[in-house]
Amino acid sequence: MQPPALQWCAERAQRWGLRGRHLVIAVPWIWLVLFFLIPFVIVVKISLAPSVFVGQPPYGPLFEWTKDHYLLLKLNIQNYLDLGGKDALYLEAFLYSLKVAAVSTVFCLLIAYPMAYGIARATPSWRNTLLLLVVLPFWTSFLVRVYAWIGLLRNNGLINNVLMGLGIIDEPIVMMQTDFAMYVGIVYSYLPFMILPLYSNLEKHDVTLLEAATDLGATPVRAFLRITLPLSMPGVIAGSMLVFIPAVGEFVIPRLLGGTDSLMIGRVLWDEFFTARSWPRASAVAVLLLLVLVLPIMIFQRYQARESGGVAHR
Amino acid sequence: MNVQTGPSKSEDRKAPWTDPRAQAYVRIDDVSKKFGDFTAVDDVTLSIYRGEIFCLLGGSGCGKTTLLRMLAGFETPTEGRIYIDGQDMAGVPPYKRPVNMMFQSYALFPHMTVEQNVAFGLKQEGTPRDEIATRVTEMIALVKLQGFEKRKPHQLSGGQRQRVALARSLIKRPKLLLLDEPLGALDKKLREHTQFELVNIQEKLGVTFVVVTHDQEEAMTLATRIGVMNQGRIVQVGTPHDIYEFPSTRFVAEFIGNVNMFEGRVVEDEPDHVLIDSPELGASIYVGHGISTAPDAIVWVAVRPEKMILSREPPNEKLNAAQGTIREIAYMGDMSVYLVQLNTGKTLRITQPNIYRHADRPLTWDERVWASWHESSAVVVTE
Repeated sequence: MQPPALQWCAERAQRWGLRGRHLVIAVPWIWLVLFFLIPFVIVVKISLAPSVFVGQPPYGPLFEWTKDHYLLLKLNIQNYLDLGGKDALYLEAFLYSLKVAAVSTVFCLLIAYPMAYGIARATPSWRNTLLLLVVLPFWTSFLVRVYAWIGLLRNNGLINNVLMGLGIIDEPIVMMQTDFAMYVGIVYSYLPFMILPLYSNLEKHDVTLLEAATDLGATPVRAFLRITLPLSMPGVIAGSMLVFIPAVGEFVIPRLLGGTDSLMIGRVLWDEFFTARSWPRASAVAVLLLLVLVLPIMIFQRYQARESGGVAHR
Repeated sequence: MNVQTGPSKSEDRKAPWTDPRAQAYVRIDDVSKKFGDFTAVDDVTLSIYRGEIFCLLGGSGCGKTTLLRMLAGFETPTEGRIYIDGQDMAGVPPYKRPVNMMFQSYALFPHMTVEQNVAFGLKQEGTPRDEIATRVTEMIALVKLQGFEKRKPHQLSGGQRQRVALARSLIKRPKLLLLDEPLGALDKKLREHTQFELVNIQEKLGVTFVVVTHDQEEAMTLATRIGVMNQGRIVQVGTPHDIYEFPSTRFVAEFIGNVNMFEGRVVEDEPDHVLIDSPELGASIYVGHGISTAPDAIVWVAVRPEKMILSREPPNEKLNAAQGTIREIAYMGDMSVYLVQLNTGKTLRITQPNIYRHADRPLTWDERVWASWHESSAVVVTE
């Protein structure tokens, strides 16, 4: 027997069409509403507000009461228009960020695929060790690891010292503050995010499919291209998303390792917020960035929904 | 069990293994395969002839699948050699062998349609596109899958998948097809139907089949010859009839079909008959043929359940007979199975055909009966 209060609640809930199972998804729902949706609405709101250079906070209100008691809603889309037109800075930064993220994703994929494949085909006892090694860097701070790269790459760093010590080069190779260093940093930092989804996909593959392919006359390379690669596409896409999306907005690595000319959108955001103190424009950049990133996710989910039937069955 | 009317035993079928001049199509010479300390296949020598359906029969872990995988090229023999069509297969990778395999799990490519699955082998050969199309259509018609060309494997039933797998493995017109438990995943009705279909296709295309199975009934109906395997060794090779009626060892007798086994001691060993004293039966056993064994040797006498006679009255001969009590009766429709406990305590399994719809006084539980058999029905095995 339920206590009366609980029963009353249950009846109420039932009238609204709620069942017990709704409680389970209520937790992530509430989480998303509190920590994603509400902040996002605030950012959208700021992006549509007029800039106010003196004041705290540095943006004007959206709503105003007119003298005759009307509620006036003033939407300022100038911030968005500025992004496209007046100043090529934002467009360039956007394109540059997308390029950096895309190149990093490709390199991550090229490095991670063989690693994930190797782990997936290793004996079970080895597999756990190898996976642990992949995850191990997460146990140290991300910043410490990026600084470690500075120690490796700078002019009197480890790599240059070793190369000069061996007499291979006479002068240090300039690697710090270049695109190269930035790519190294990004690829290194995001590699596990590529390896893990790829591994979890490849590990489920049925080896007899490859045997069947070779039995039908496919060389091992062709068997890989025709069987393993298409079947691993969900893993490839998931890993690419996990690398590409955060890499677009990456701020720390370009700042620490990249050159001053590498103007990524994360840096522009930072500058708008803290140097120019133009919160509305920074918010507009952030909203646009989100839209650019949400699109590929939606495409991915579509793809998954279409393929899930075929791939789920082995 | 009706073992005589398998579909493969059409009258015009020759028996190349009886012809000393016949060339073996597949020759397995002293092949062993070791995985670490474990010997999966132990010194197997075997000849398989063109057009045969050869069944490797044995329990799980007997090495039959390993042997098949060595033929396909997925495993390399630790010792010995394999010749297919006279060519030594050592070092020949699977994709260069004139062999195709139908996998136990079918191993259909989940991301390809039925058509693409079937066409896969031809595409690897670089066959022209229009030839691929016609051959795929032909093959799909052969396995009766018209209308399913565009489906993916997960949209098919088990029986349909089995046929896709068969079509895919036959599309390259291999001379030798390896089948790993081809009917294992099908239900009983479909199995029987598919068995006959397999044999029809095999005869139509003239392919040599090597089939691995643990199901003796499947082996009986499909095979021209059966190789019974146990612990990595081939224990007996012969036609289904030979294997069933003249098992060479206790293992074969007990593995194929049901059998009543009596341990006994040879007391009289003549060229035309043997007399065996069996305390287990509680009587002497008279076997109507000579055996080559030492006197006083311990032997086993195997009698099939359907070759035993059940009666209320004692039989004329005192040999090959014993009295007991019916403990269980299982009515199977076409026949009934009786479990009869002898006075010695041993339980016999006896099947009797249900000839009459109404018997006057059917045998019933706890009745005292005599079990007996004809002197030619028993087989003596020594190990």
